Amino acid sequence: MTLKFPIYMDNHATTPVDPRVLSAMLPYFTDTFGNAASRTHAYGWTAEAAVDDARDTIAQLIGAESGKEIVFTSGATESDNLAIKGVAEYYQAKGNHIITTTIEHKAVLDSCKRLEKQGFTVTYVNVGADGLIDPQAIEAAMTDKTILVSVMLANNEVGTIQPIAELGKLTRARGVLLHCDAVQGLGKTPFDVKSMNVDLASLTAHKIYGPKGVGALYVRRSKPRVRLSALMDGGGHERGNRSGTLNVPGIVGFAKACKILLEEGAVEAEKIRALRDRLYQKITKELDSVILNGSAERRLPGNLNISFAFVEGEGLMMAIKDVAVSSGSACTSASLEPSYVLRSMGLPEDMAHSSIRFGLGRFNTEEEVDYVAELVIGKVKRLRDMSPLYEMHKAGIDINSIQWAAH
Amino acid sequence: MAYSEKVIDHYENPRNVGSLDQEDESVGTGLVGAPACGDVMRLQIRVNDAGVIEDAKFKTFGCGSAIASSSLATEWIKGKTIDEAGTILNSQIAEELSLPPVKIHCSVLAEDAIKSAIEDFRKKRAAKQALSSES
Repeated sequence: MTLKFPIYMDNHATTPVDPRVLSAMLPYFTDTFGNAASRTHAYGWTAEAAVDDARDTIAQLIGAESGKEIVFTSGATESDNLAIKGVAEYYQAKGNHIITTTIEHKAVLDSCKRLEKQGFTVTYVNVGADGLIDPQAIEAAMTDKTILVSVMLANNEVGTIQPIAELGKLTRARGVLLHCDAVQGLGKTPFDVKSMNVDLASLTAHKIYGPKGVGALYVRRSKPRVRLSALMDGGGHERGNRSGTLNVPGIVGFAKACKILLEEGAVEAEKIRALRDRLYQKITKELDSVILNGSAERRLPGNLNISFAFVEGEGLMMAIKDVAVSSGSACTSASLEPSYVLRSMGLPEDMAHSSIRFGLGRFNTEEEVDYVAELVIGKVKRLRDMSPLYEMHKAGIDINSIQWAAH
Repeated sequence: MAYSEKVIDHYENPRNVGSLDQEDESVGTGLVGAPACGDVMRLQIRVNDAGVIEDAKFKTFGCGSAIASSSLATEWIKGKTIDEAGTILNSQIAEELSLPPVKIHCSVLAEDAIKSAIEDFRKKRAAKQALSSES
């Protein structure tokens, strides 16, 4: 088999649409193109039936009671906004305090920041060096004004899997709602809204080999019944939670992607984990001073976030341009600030600058992993030969002992 | 982000990578930047009695633009007197490499590295002269 370049190992950013998903979607663009809200003819009924089937499949994947608890959105950013702002507005008479973590996606953090401007109080709980939240820290932050706790299932940078079930016990006992941004973990790590006592969950199709532009928010309908204030005004679709004509082909594709995960997810996770471990083992066998960022055990199977000490991440990405990955070095951003997730974990800034995130997925092969490992090893060695820091390290100089001028 | 051809050339075929003996009195060493900022450049010059830079070497921890800026800097200063080399401006480096605004700091660092290496050499020379006038 010949390799296709660049080799895609950025599956946390997005994933290709699975051909089976695409086949399921196609008829809904042309033959059965109806508006799911059209009640007067068969085109509408067919579309509505497909959407309702999709709701049930998605509900099944997350252990929801009913498809009626699925509200379709344009993606996870909208789902996060709807969950946080929708709950805050609806329950503001009950309290004005929200708890989240410092490593959430910007869609959660920036929604919280906007609420702060509107008079809400938000506590941002920090993670440990392993990238995990301590449930006790969440409990300690709770007050009688707390209405919502929002914690992600798995982190998009370091892949750490948060203790959602423990958090669910705490929030349920206190009568506080729990929102979980489940985007990265969906279908890759066990997630069950019922047993974990999750009240709202953000989901998206394009991270699970479905199409971009379609997501969902799980909204619990009983024990407790969760209510939301809608963000958008319009036709009152999705039981008034989200107006706007439904993206029927996208929803059908989303459901097909979930169906594949229901059938193959567990086996696939083990296959991807083996590839990830192979990559890590090959790299660490040949290179010294490689640090794994985030817990090794509580981690998404496809995630490998490692820092190559003494080598700058963007410089390394330029050297391995045959591989599509991402870096915690924000050298390309105007702020020049490295990843806020890695810094929240207490990683020194130089190590954050040296980090590369490999995100393995369904379509990666052992051959690709071997190629990438060889490439990375060679390029890191070359860049270290050019690095004054590596030379100092080899000479036994502690680079932290040097007074560096800030610039 | 797209890099210019010149950046890619210097990055892939860096000129003058390496080290000179820091203890040698004809060698000036400039170490600028900080690991926390994602860029560290070490630029070294060997200066002859006529004040001409006979050799220059660099090692850089940084992105492609930082590596290219330091590579270009060593190329430019070789054969120049230290006075001439001291007049090289970051804007000239940025222009030559077509650096985008977000990468201008890489060229600033290269200018600082040249100046810092020259200053180190001058200090060494002044100390040597002071020592020989004492004896």
